[in-house]
Amino acid sequence: MTPDDILQGLYDQTLVGNAPAVLELTNTGLQLGMQPQTLLFDALIPSLEEVGARFERGDFFVPEMLIAGRAMSGALEVLRPLLAETGVETMGTFLMGTVKGDVHDIGKNLVNIMLEGAGFHVIDLGVQVAPEKFVEAVKEHSPDIVGFSAFLTTTMPMFKANLNALEKAGLRDQVIVMVGGAPVTQEYADAVGSDGYAADASATVKRAKDLLAQRRAVLAS
Amino acid sequence: MHTTLRSASQEVVIGLDRPFCVIGERINPTGRKVFQEQLRAGDLSAIERDVAAQVAGEADMVDVNMGVPLTDEADLLSRAVTLVQKLTDKPVCIDSSVVEALEAGLAAYEGRALVNSVTAEDDRLAAILPLVKRHDAAIIGLPNDADEIPMDADRRVELARKIVDVATKEYGIATEDVVIDPLAMPIGADTTVVATTLETIRRIRIELGVNMTLGASNVSFGMPGRHALGAAFLPMAMSAGLTSAIMDARSPQIVEAVRAADLLLGNDEWGAAWIAAHRAKLHET
Repeated sequence: MTPDDILQGLYDQTLVGNAPAVLELTNTGLQLGMQPQTLLFDALIPSLEEVGARFERGDFFVPEMLIAGRAMSGALEVLRPLLAETGVETMGTFLMGTVKGDVHDIGKNLVNIMLEGAGFHVIDLGVQVAPEKFVEAVKEHSPDIVGFSAFLTTTMPMFKANLNALEKAGLRDQVIVMVGGAPVTQEYADAVGSDGYAADASATVKRAKDLLAQRRAVLAS
Repeated sequence: MHTTLRSASQEVVIGLDRPFCVIGERINPTGRKVFQEQLRAGDLSAIERDVAAQVAGEADMVDVNMGVPLTDEADLLSRAVTLVQKLTDKPVCIDSSVVEALEAGLAAYEGRALVNSVTAEDDRLAAILPLVKRHDAAIIGLPNDADEIPMDADRRVELARKIVDVATKEYGIATEDVVIDPLAMPIGADTTVVATTLETIRRIRIELGVNMTLGASNVSFGMPGRHALGAAFLPMAMSAGLTSAIMDARSPQIVEAVRAADLLLGNDEWGAAWIAAHRAKLHET
């Protein structure tokens, strides 16, 4: 197998969510002396971006997105320590959770997959995450961004409760806050005082990168 | 076990020996951004169209949810309930997780409503069940608590039993006025979840004997062919003991599957309703 075969194979097999094949190709690529970042940036991430694009278009469905994400996660577990060794920095740390009272996690999990694919280190707190749990986790992990997900109009007010809890703990200024979920709008995101909102998984990645770049520019100046 | 709901002039009875109770899900702004904007501006006109479409689809009842952020949900729900009752004589399922909104909706409602919903959390039970009792309504109970949606039938049955016990023993609500939601989850995220729902339905039917309803559209979320999935799921669930669903009443494919199952399960004597529907369709074309 040539390196080109490996990259093409990784792209194709991630697209169809074939986790064993993706893992095997990743290992074979490394044995051939390919760089972990080449495998990640030239095959896995473009493939997952294509999965995301197909999903937004309605050509791909939830299970396909989930298995593609799982296939990529398997490869990332092999690559992550190697990437750390070679000094490839993660894009940033993203702490994620579905708010208290809400158990919907499909959308959140899709966003996690896209974020991981884009090079973020994602820490997922799961569903029904109470404000105090978010506060603890922000203290413990010092994420660059924290994301609150809500699928119900009735649980969206927890965004405000979470923001208040961060404020009270003196952490609000240390972290970028993003909110999202099916019923959320830009207007609502602004009204509760979050820093950013995006309507879908790939837009979230883009927005997260932009917000992070802005924050880093401010800190650097 | 019969749960009786009423509008000013019409009665619907939910029970294992009755035709399945189709509750139209459409009057709900979740995931409908245009509708949300209209409601926020006080414009309820879309409700008229939604009621008409669901009544045309032969819904037995209509669910009314006005969960729009940054609005006075109580006021909105009260107005929507009044409007829906002007548009149709189908009984209404009053849907909110805001206690004040449920109270306002119940106060505006003429008849005997189904309240959607209460969880097994103590504070929710204590806040909502007295309202249900005071307004002589029936209540949908969700077997989940603050920590989790249980992913196994055992825990769901346990929490359902708790809701029935608290409602009947502490608040004097009749057992037949507690309708349990066995929880339908998306098959697209995990292909074992419907098996769990079906097992929960069977066990609640045997162990508690109460009526059940669920949000049927959850099952097909994120999948293609949603109508076909709904049309396959509901007859299975009915066969297990489900007696009602909050569902897409505008889908002829799903509603027809439900009415076929009514006949096949022995709840449409001589197939009269099935034949009448066939004849009505002939006259349409």
